[in-house]
Amino acid sequence: MKVNELAQKLDMKILTGNETLFKDITGVYVCDLLSWVMSHAEKGNAWITIHTHLNIVAVALLTEVSCVIIPENLAVEENTIKKAEEEGIVILSSSLSAYELCYRIHELLA
Amino acid sequence: MSDSIINLSYNIPANDFTFAGEASSNVKKMLSQLGINPMVIKRAAIAMYEAEINAVIHGGGGIADIQISPEKIFICIKDEGPGIPDVEVAMQEGYSTAPEYIREMGFGAGMGLPNIKRYADELQIDTEVGKGTTVKITININ
Repeated sequence: MKVNELAQKLDMKILTGNETLFKDITGVYVCDLLSWVMSHAEKGNAWITIHTHLNIVAVALLTEVSCVIIPENLAVEENTIKKAEEEGIVILSSSLSAYELCYRIHELLA
Repeated sequence: MSDSIINLSYNIPANDFTFAGEASSNVKKMLSQLGINPMVIKRAAIAMYEAEINAVIHGGGGIADIQISPEKIFICIKDEGPGIPDVEVAMQEGYSTAPEYIREMGFGAGMGLPNIKRYADELQIDTEVGKGTTVKITININ
């Protein structure tokens, strides 16, 4: 499934990364410890995190995740949005919790 | 890739997360342009990012010098921070001296140095309390 399809099916807001919305999603990774994410997230994963600061862009770039999903409508900092746009990182925003996102995405990817 | 050695150098500002990860992201892009194996790039980028973040959080900033040769990627991150009193303890996963606000950002889980060790082919840490720390990371390309 492509990132844009997932965004549409789960009614998520696309905050950044219009030109990289067509990446394939290979699975989901949920974690807020950045070092742990870097060593365990896999290329193409959709990464769910409650962090909204600038360094999620660096971690997304280094791990080559397909998108970052911010749950529960958390506000994303302006400089994070700007940096993600510059680097072509997709950030999606959802009203669902991380658990609900995992459950729904699992159903969609199954 | 030509036989020449590529040298890159970056300043790492102290306590400034605006640019944290900038140097490692740039090195990753350069390595991708050189057509290096993606797994090697990932190892180099993660090891460098961890060392860069350590310099931002603990070292009062520093300097990153990178040499890319056909055989290996050498990353040297040097700071003039407080130094590490006991490297053996600092290498233990989960050991951290990071303050609370750093942990709230998702850093400071005590995984930085263990992650570097995990991804590097060679790791050398030269440190002296009160003078600073130099982390030397070698990643073999082949």
